[in-house]
Amino acid sequence: MAAKPKLWYFCGRGRMESIRWLLAAAGVEFEEEFLETREQHEKLQKDGRLLFGQVPLVEIDGMELTQTRAILSYLATKYNLHGKDLKETVRINMYAEGTLDLMMMVAVAAFKPPEEKEESLALVVKKAKTQHFPVFEKILKDHGEDFLVGNKFSWADIQLLEAILMVEELDASVLSDFPLLKEFKTRISNIPTIKKFLQPGSQRKPPPDSHYVEIVRNVLQL
Amino acid sequence: MAGKPKLHYFNGRGRMECIRWLLAAAGVEFEEKFIEQPEDLDKLKSDGSLMFQQVPLVEIDGMKLVQTRAILNYVATKYNLYGKDMKERALIDMYSEGVADLGDMIMLLPLCPPDQKDAKIAQIKETTTNRYLPAFEKVLKSHGQDYLVGNKLSKADIHLVELLYYVEEVDPSLLANFPLLKGLKTRVSNLPAVKKFLQPGSQRKPPMDEKNLEEAKRIFRIK
Repeated sequence: MAAKPKLWYFCGRGRMESIRWLLAAAGVEFEEEFLETREQHEKLQKDGRLLFGQVPLVEIDGMELTQTRAILSYLATKYNLHGKDLKETVRINMYAEGTLDLMMMVAVAAFKPPEEKEESLALVVKKAKTQHFPVFEKILKDHGEDFLVGNKFSWADIQLLEAILMVEELDASVLSDFPLLKEFKTRISNIPTIKKFLQPGSQRKPPPDSHYVEIVRNVLQL
Repeated sequence: MAGKPKLHYFNGRGRMECIRWLLAAAGVEFEEKFIEQPEDLDKLKSDGSLMFQQVPLVEIDGMKLVQTRAILNYVATKYNLYGKDMKERALIDMYSEGVADLGDMIMLLPLCPPDQKDAKIAQIKETTTNRYLPAFEKVLKSHGQDYLVGNKLSKADIHLVELLYYVEEVDPSLLANFPLLKGLKTRVSNLPAVKKFLQPGSQRKPPMDEKNLEEAKRIFRIK
């Protein structure tokens, strides 16, 4: 019986959150080790566990995987959330890359000086409203199905829900012009594994605050 | 019979070059439609060809694919350059992502303000020598095989060798202490399809010069 996957990262969203979402949605229990000191990070590096000296690190199936997308892709395939054939997989990848780009902008904004940060976050909301959400609304409208790809729950749906909730934290009205996305949000949120992950006390992490930024800066010597 | 893949981008490396390398290495002939004016890009946006309003765009197998990684992974799978199973694919992805991280730093160098450029180049040299090249050299040393994963050519080898050419363009001495990487570079460069791509007159694009940079800025409306 395989051990639980183990996640090494800071106690916050950053580049690990999409991985937490994917595992949780797949109903996979996982452990977490939180980096709080420079020494912990240096030890991981010295022990040769970080291929490029960086977290996220996920220990799974006897491998020490780093690089966010490598991890996400592995998990999506492992838990049957990556489409039934190559054409479905490429669509899932396209959609996931789009939402990942958007969410990375939010993660990176936390580390900017206040004025730049506000500007960056405003740009995220704008991009979501004008680029990303209209695209996904149209996809849902065109096929009329419950899920983005192949009438089946996939990694693309999980990413989109995560992105919707993240942008709503910045602007609660962001879905006002997107009725199908509103329904999508409700539908996906009610999937039992996801519903559980959305409850207080789960391993889902809160938005980055100044305390989180300070810890990361300290550990990574930024 | 499917038509050749068609690549839409400006006439330069940017985010399309790794796709050109991969197709070329796979022995796949492809067409290119160069975006030459901002209006060309506007047209692609308005006719709904660009899912997220961005290029690269590759028309292949009846699809309009965007997002560099989605395109690369599709091509790699189709042409058997993605390992034999999930675990090999995970390693290939990990290595490819590392290549992309360093590759992006080098790619964005021309956009760096002149007063910050020297510092940026120093940073790139440092991370190349201390982080990235040692990691890949170690992988090759650990198994002693000709290719990074599964003793077989994969997208990881192609992306890495492409990167090694760019590292040399930054500073040829950076590869000095990495014999296995030099070996990989030679080996992959000598594969017939790659050798052909490396000849003058192929679809491989040259380093960005001032003119190319101005063109890119104009087309993508970057200040």
